[in-house]
Formats: sequence, C-alpha cells, structure tokens
Amino acid sequence: MVNIVAKNMDAHKQQAGKSQPFLVFDNVKKTYDQKNLVVKGFDMQVEEGEFITLLGPSGSGKTTVLMMLAGFESVTSGDIAIKGQSINRIAPYRRNIGMVFQNYALFPHMTVAENLAYPLSVRKVAKAEIDSRVVASLKLVELDGFGGRYPGQLSGGQRQRVALARSMIFEPTLILMDEPLGALDKKLREQMQYEISRLHEQLGVTVIYVTHDQSEALSMSNRIAVFNDGVVQQCAPPAELYERPSNAFVAEFIGENNFIDGHVQSISGDQAKVVTPGGETVVAMAGQGLTENSGCRVSVRPEKLFIHPTSHDHDNEVTAAFITRIYVGDFIRYYFRLANGSEIIVKVLNDLSAPEFSEGQDGSLMWLTSDCIAFPV
Amino acid sequence: MPEATSVTPDGLSREDARNAAREYRSRRWRAFLFVVPLLAFIGFSFVAPIASMLYRGVYNPTVASLVPETLEKLPSWQGEERPSDEILSIFALDLKRLANDRTSGQLAEEVNRALPGSSSVIKSSARKLRRVDDSELANNGAAILIDANAKWAEPEIWQALKKTGQVYTAGYYLTALDLENDPDGGIQRRETQIYVKLYGKTLRMALIITILTVILGYPLAYFMANSSSGTANLLMVFVLLPFWTSLLVRTTAWIALLQTNGVVNSTLLALGLTDAPLEMLYTQFSTIIAMTHILLPFMILPLYSVMRGIDPSYMRAAMSMGSPPIPAFLRIYLPMSLPGLSAGALLVFIISVGYYITPALVGGTDGQMISNIIAFHMQQSNNWELAAALGSLLLFLILALYWLYDRFVGAGNIKLG
Ligand SMILES: Nc1ncnc2c1ncn2[C@@H]1O[C@H](COP(=O)(O)OP(=O)(O)O)[C@@H](O)[C@H]1O
Ligand SMILES: [Mg+2]
Repeated sequence: MVNIVAKNMDAHKQQAGKSQPFLVFDNVKKTYDQKNLVVKGFDMQVEEGEFITLLGPSGSGKTTVLMMLAGFESVTSGDIAIKGQSINRIAPYRRNIGMVFQNYALFPHMTVAENLAYPLSVRKVAKAEIDSRVVASLKLVELDGFGGRYPGQLSGGQRQRVALARSMIFEPTLILMDEPLGALDKKLREQMQYEISRLHEQLGVTVIYVTHDQSEALSMSNRIAVFNDGVVQQCAPPAELYERPSNAFVAEFIGENNFIDGHVQSISGDQAKVVTPGGETVVAMAGQGLTENSGCRVSVRPEKLFIHPTSHDHDNEVTAAFITRIYVGDFIRYYFRLANGSEIIVKVLNDLSAPEFSEGQDGSLMWLTSDCIAFPV
Repeated sequence: MPEATSVTPDGLSREDARNAAREYRSRRWRAFLFVVPLLAFIGFSFVAPIASMLYRGVYNPTVASLVPETLEKLPSWQGEERPSDEILSIFALDLKRLANDRTSGQLAEEVNRALPGSSSVIKSSARKLRRVDDSELANNGAAILIDANAKWAEPEIWQALKKTGQVYTAGYYLTALDLENDPDGGIQRRETQIYVKLYGKTLRMALIITILTVILGYPLAYFMANSSSGTANLLMVFVLLPFWTSLLVRTTAWIALLQTNGVVNSTLLALGLTDAPLEMLYTQFSTIIAMTHILLPFMILPLYSVMRGIDPSYMRAAMSMGSPPIPAFLRIYLPMSLPGLSAGALLVFIISVGYYITPALVGGTDGQMISNIIAFHMQQSNNWELAAALGSLLLFLILALYWLYDRFVGAGNIKLG
C-alpha cells in the first residue's frame, strides 16, 4: 500500500510538471487584533513531495501561517492555493490536510487503533479496509500490536509515532507539523527526526514542518524558510542558507557567526572593500543592498577564521586581543576582542597546532574573501 | 547456606523487610492522624444523625413507654373481639395514670395516626377516669372504661393500640411508600397515594432542572473555556455572583419578579402580550425557574474546569482529519467534557432532589418537593418517625440512582477539575 501511495505521488509530480507549483502562498497577511500584522506579506512556493521547514524565533508567526493553511485561522488578505486552486474559502475539514500537533492531540478516550481509524471512518471507508489500513499504518511506524492501547499508556515517542501515523493514514495531499518534537528529550528527538525523514522519503508526501530548532531544520529539510517578524527572510536549501545567507538576520540566526562592523569603501563586481574599526582593509562578498560609503557588518563563521601562523589560504587579516579560550572537547573556542570592543570567536581543531596566548596579547585572525559577506546595516 | 535462609528471593534480608514494614506502618499511621479530626467530625455530624434517622424510621417507643402494663398483656389477645376484662382493667389503670401525668394526649395522638378518630375517645375517657379510685378500677375497670366510651367494647381501637405499641415497626416505611398492613398481615396499597407520587414529582423536577442547567451551562462553559482569560474571568464573576448573595435574597427576588403584580406580569401587561396577569408564583414553574437559577453555578464550575483542560488542538485535529464541526464535537469534544458534565449533572440533580428552601418559598402546593413534606412531618404533624422513614427512602433513592449512574457511565468519569 505504501509503495502505491509513493508511486501515485510520483505520477502526480510528473503530470503537474514544472508549469505550476503545488502550493503557493501569495502575499498572505494576517492580523489578530485589527491593528498589527502578525504575518506581513508571506510568499512561498512549494513543490509536490518537498519537505519545507518554517524556521524562526518564537512568536514570529510560524504557527499562524500553518493555521491559515490548515483553515483554522482566516486569511486577512492574500491567497493560498493548492494545485492552482485557492483554498481560502474551503472549510478545514474539506482541505484534506494532515496535521501533527505539538501535544500530539491523540484522542484520550479512543485506543490507538480507534485514533488511526477515525479519519477513515469519517470518510466512510469500509470496515475491513479500515482494519487492514490501521494494521499497515501501525507497521509503518513500528508499533505493531499497540492498537489496543490507550494514548495514556504510551511513552512520548510512541505517541508521537501514532500522531504521525494518524496524520498520514488518510493519504492527505499535504502534512503539516507544528513543532512536533518540541516535547521530546534530545535523544528521542533525534530518533524521531530520522523517523520523519524516513516516512517522508518512503511516502513521498509534501510536508510543511515548523520548528524553532535550527539543527532540526538543517538536518531534515529540502528547503528552509527562515521566518522573522512575519516575513520570510530567505527560503533556500540548508547548505545555501548556511553558506550564503541573504541578510544579517539569517546569518546570525543560522549557526554561529561573528560580525565585524565596518565602512564600505568601494564595491567592484560582487566584492566590497571594507575598512574595519582597527583601520585594516578587508575584502568581503557584497551582500544584497550594499552601497558604497555606508556602514556595514561583515559576517564570518568561527570555523572559517584562522589564527596566525596558519598554513590555510587567506585574503583578509585583522588584529585582535586575546581574551580567553575554552575547551569543548574535539575543538577549542578562542575569544578575541577587536579594536572597537566587539568580541570575535574562533573555532580551532583540538590538535597540537592549537596556539597558546596570554591574556591581552595581540593575535592575527585571517580568512578568505569567499567566506565572509558584508551586509548593509 | 546460612545466608540463603535470611535472604528473601528479592534480595531483601529479614531485617530489611522488617524495617521497611515498620517504616510503612508508621507512615500510614501519621497519614491517618491527619484525617482524624475530619473523621471525628463526619462521624459526629453526618454518620450518627443518618444512622439515628434510619433507626427512628423503624423504632417507635412512645406508646410502649406510655402503657407498658397493658402492652405486656395484649399479646395473649387474639384480636377478634374486644380483649378480656382483665386487660381492660389494666388499661384503665394505665390511662388514669396518664391522665394524671397529663401525657394521655401523646397516646391519643399516636393511636389516632393508626385509627383516625380515636384521639377524642382516649382523651374523653382519660378525663373521666381521672377521679375514679384505683381499687375500683382494678376490680371493675372494664365496665367503667366501656361506660366512659362505648368504642372500648369494639376490637378496632385495641388493634390500633397493639399496632402502635410495637417498639420496632416497618409501618412508617410502608406509609412512606403508600402501603399498609392489611388485617391478615399482608401488605396492600393505601387508598390515598401521596408519597410515591411526590417522589416521582421530585425526581421529575430534579431532572428538568438538571437538563435546564445543562442547556444553559454547557454553551456558556464552552465559551468561557475558549475565550481569553480576561473575558473568562469577567464571566466567572457573573457565574459566581449568585454565590455571594444570600439564598433567601435570591429566592425573594424571584417572588418579586413572578408574583401576580410583579415585574414580569406588569411588563407583559404593558406590552399587551396578555390581558390578565399570569399565575406564575407558587407553581412548579416558579420552583423550577428559581432552582435552575440557583443551581446553575454547580453545573458551570465543574464543566468549565474540565473544558479549560481540553486543548483546542483536539477539535482541530478532528477537523483536519475530515470531520465536520458537529460530528467532531459529538465524537471528540463531548466525550472529553463528559467528566465535567457528569459531575455537574450529579451535583445539580442530587442537590435539587433534596432541596427545601426554594420550593417552600415559591413552590406553593403545586411546587412542593419531598423535602417539604419531610419538614412538615417534623415541624407540624410531629411525626418524626414518618419523617425519618421518608428521609431514609430519599437517601436510598439517591444511592440507587448513583449506583445506576456508576453502572452506565462509571463513577470514575466524574471530574471537578
Ligand atoms: N489566537 C491569537 N490571538 C491573538 N494573537 C495571537 C493568536 N495567536 C498568535 N498570536 C500572536 O501572533 C504572533 C505570532 O504567533 P505564532 O504564530 O504562534 O508564532 P510562532 O508559532 O512562530 O511562535 C505572536 O505575537 C502571538 O502573540
Ligand atoms: Mg508556534
């Protein structure tokens, strides 16, 4: 059955072709209080079978977007369309969208099997088929034999699996997950991340996933939409997001980053010449909207910085005063202070070449132009 | 080898097991000490009165203590004709003593309940016997007694005396069920059916009140549970408002509203909706209305606290799976709110079955409930035994209903929060 579903999805994908995206958000806005926009012009296109993550800090409007997509909140303006058809005016129970909630929302007065059968019985599927699909579904999430238990008799991870199975059993066109792993501990969370990825690949279903945990987003998604203040800051595959953030917020939000304040002296092509507070000149990739003769922030990741002496290639070099260093097992974090007082972190592999400094001693930090981006302030 | 004998299979040595058991016992004992005051209070103010009420329903020593000598002889009497002269003489002596002690009225009252009309017979005979000499009564008591009132020559009044003279009797319970002993010792229905009908009416009214509070309370509790905490708190104040005003004030307010020239009637008349004022006060209608108002918080509070705990995501989950709102509500929300609904319904029903004040004030005769009759027998007719029997039956009725509820819904399904 599982394979048939996956094949159906593939067939759909080929039919739809490249002409029209599967799911489109077109300038969607939302206000709860008729004064402030919680979601301000949300645009996104999702291909069928994709795993898209909405990543953003708490309160940035992720749940609101999901609720509008599921139909539990009205859209203030703009349009949401699935396969070219607007769903703004379709009742939630006609949208055929599966959903996994943070608290699982398993019905406590029904057994696991009854929970799984619920969406099918609502659809008036024949009894025999319901039974066989429930069994197949339990097998899919590796919970064979748990059908007779009540949700209260399951562990957190098992409940999460049941919730996943329930959201998929009626073959929805789309599955939404709102921080589904938020209540689990770290180990279980990693296990479930793997589980969700496996199910996504096996069934080929489109998933919109919401989280505020970037490592979760980076490890699971085809693409990540970084969300802040009701606007998508950047929507790109994980590697691109990490390597080429399109603005300072994304650079800061995804992974760890150092920011060096500076002044743009000149721009040539895609590179900008920036003067640092210490008077040094560095060359950085020019970020979007950067203009000459204005302030900027140069971002460079801790693991891309090297401390003199080094055998690595480098284009830029600044001087900074050593503050302290901290062992973190397989690598060491060095803390330096720039001339204007801002801190800089350098990650160095914990081997014999890790340099020794005394407090206040000056060191030279070096990196490649292609590893740093200058963003407008 | 020696170790094997002192160690249990779980690896606990005898010593360990003994220590653990002692520790457990002392913890239990300390826990018990915490509830001793409450247990004592409950025993004193709840268990003892109810036990005495159950006992009073079958225990009736009054007549037995008034005419002990007579009753000692009566068992030998067959009950077909009037008792022997000897018994009549002994009774005459008893009656004279009562007359002089001024307690013959009590006897009259008790016997009159079993045989209406005998009160005057006993009282007038007692007056006449007061001045007769004891020795004369002992010798010729029977003739003097029959001379005082011819009724003493007939067996009925003696049967009544024998019946009321029983210290332990099921008679009051039979009366409370509108039954009586027939002369052959069997049980038959009484001609006038009062109490069974009244129990029926009480249960019916309690049911109507419960249903009304559900209809009014459920949507409100739902709304409160799903609104912001500010709105919910404001509404909660309104729900609790009745608790902060005296019960009497609230009931009197209903009198002011419903009486013949009260607010409701004058409004209806002014609007031209009726020509003559409606009789609303002193009816079942007014009792039900006022009690619904008074008991509504008992429905809303448990419902609200249970509904507060039901996350909106359950309904959303059901709808995302394709269920329209009403089926989703019936299949998901309603069962989840059932513990609160059960608790509220049980509270309202049981409180209203035993309610007294409101029916007494606004019920008139039409709106009387069983508790009003119980109060009547305690305060006006001084028939404490019947009141106790009626009260005990009410208690059994409620226990039976609770048992039924437990069978079909499950008592574990009650939740107050
Ligand atoms: N039902 C609601 N009524 C009013 N404001 C809301 C409601 N839901 C969310 N908000 C507000 O909208 C903003 C975005 O919330 P949400 O979408 O839940 O963010 P996220 O899921 O990213 O944490 C928050 O400031 C929140 O306070
Ligand atoms: Mg959220």
